[in-house]
Amino acid sequence: MVTNTGPEATEPMLDVRGLTIRYGGSVALCDVTLEVKANEIFGIIGPANAGKTSFLRALNRMSDFVQGMEVKGSVRLAGRDIASVRNVYALRRSIGVVFPLPVGLPLSIYDNVALAPRMRGVKARAQLDEIVERCLRRAALWDEVKDRLRNLGSLLSGGQQQRLTIARALSQDPELLLLDEFSIAIDPVTTMRIEEVLKELRHEMTIVLVTNLVQQARRLADRTAFFLGSRCIEVANTEELFTGTVKDQRTRDYVEGRYG
Amino acid sequence: MRRAAAAAEFDRRDASWWMDRIAQGCVFAGGISAIVFIVGILAFIATQGMEFAANRLSWTEFFGSIAWRPNGHPPQYGALALIAGTASITAVAMALVVPLSLGAAIYIGEFARGKTREWLKILIELLAAIPSVVWGVIGLNVMGPLMTDVFGVPSGLNLLNAGIILGLMAAPIMTTIAEDALKAVPDTYREAAEALGATKWQVVLRVVLPHARPGLSAAGLLGVGRAVGETIAVLMASGHAITVPESLFDSVRSLTATIASELGETAHGDDHYQALFVLGMLLFAITFAINLTADSIVRGIRRKKA
Repeated sequence: MVTNTGPEATEPMLDVRGLTIRYGGSVALCDVTLEVKANEIFGIIGPANAGKTSFLRALNRMSDFVQGMEVKGSVRLAGRDIASVRNVYALRRSIGVVFPLPVGLPLSIYDNVALAPRMRGVKARAQLDEIVERCLRRAALWDEVKDRLRNLGSLLSGGQQQRLTIARALSQDPELLLLDEFSIAIDPVTTMRIEEVLKELRHEMTIVLVTNLVQQARRLADRTAFFLGSRCIEVANTEELFTGTVKDQRTRDYVEGRYG
Repeated sequence: MRRAAAAAEFDRRDASWWMDRIAQGCVFAGGISAIVFIVGILAFIATQGMEFAANRLSWTEFFGSIAWRPNGHPPQYGALALIAGTASITAVAMALVVPLSLGAAIYIGEFARGKTREWLKILIELLAAIPSVVWGVIGLNVMGPLMTDVFGVPSGLNLLNAGIILGLMAAPIMTTIAEDALKAVPDTYREAAEALGATKWQVVLRVVLPHARPGLSAAGLLGVGRAVGETIAVLMASGHAITVPESLFDSVRSLTATIASELGETAHGDDHYQALFVLGMLLFAITFAINLTADSIVRGIRRKKA
């Protein structure tokens, strides 16, 4: 657990300044400036096409893959400008990402979760077993798959694959965990179990949670940002956002369900 | 403390970073060498025929005359009949094989189940393993006599014979690629359409085929490429007569067969030798145009989807 001592403790985990993202001619995100503190759960809410997913993509330089995606502004992770890192793969290894639609890689369940540790150089069988079990337990999937770890991960049901994706992201032992509407394919009970896990994980990592479920942000996030029309309208402590002490009328309308 | 360590890690180029660089270099070398070979072959063909093409060949004769008499006095180099030969054989072959292999692919991919499907796939792939000279013999000794008996035509070695042989030769590869294209259509699409009450045929016609169209076009154009380039079987089955065909039962001669049969009788570097290489350049240009077309079709469809 990170103790708040030393100079770097005051530094935010994520420091985003003037982030603008364009795809060809169209602007997906416009001049977003915000900070995410270490070991907090930072929620991002907002309607579709608000730029939430583009924002996440910029954080681990997935934009490198996307042709025509243009990123301006600066993103600092743990004080380091990510645009200038010499080893982008090391950067991505320290950031876990869960995409909205489950992507079970065409490997066995075990190998799906063991992939990241193996790429990191973990070879010892016992150690791998331990990581796989711990991550699957945390993703609330262990009991359902412990007897068939050799089966193909891509053959699991949608909800199970989503939890497998979460387990895989955890296996990276990330500094920063990006969740993009992780509960879209999961039933409410499992969602609750995973939310409990996320609350505990906060002690080990920083979490950015993009969600369509306003109540999910309220349950989990310490602070929440409201994105609308490619802009970050405001960032506030989640409680304030929901108790009505917001600065912007549009935010109030959205959290109270008066939008579309 | 952990955060600072991580930040330092971002700048450390570890073994896997270097491995990535090395692998990228190797793959790049592989890709470049393919291009080097292509350019090398093109340069070879061009230099072999260039001097003649630039100085003594009349292009109006080459593309406008049907008289290919390299040994005549004076020699004549009209390639029109040869171009017509290649074009007509390819057209006949495609007219026969496109419905055939598309049907086979749809049957294997969408309708056949279990063992039938597996056996069919194996048999069709086996068909691709027959050497082209064997196809030539079938054309020469089986199809030829059969055609004189059935249709009562003077020569059984003709356009139709060569077209059928070529079509059968191109069928396996076209079927296999077309079937791959159908298989690449996600099952969720089929299920979504079936849930609307679509019959199997409606699913194929309205959902599977439209989605698989780029792959199917690629299969078709690959077949065309195969047909244009095939030599020995065409030489044996087509009758090898220099005419612009007026019916399916006329004997024809293709560009490839001309090169194969005449190159041996030329002296290295003389006009006839060079003229054959001009034919080679023409073939190269045709194949190149076909591939370019295929590429732009696939690209165009991809862009529309994006």
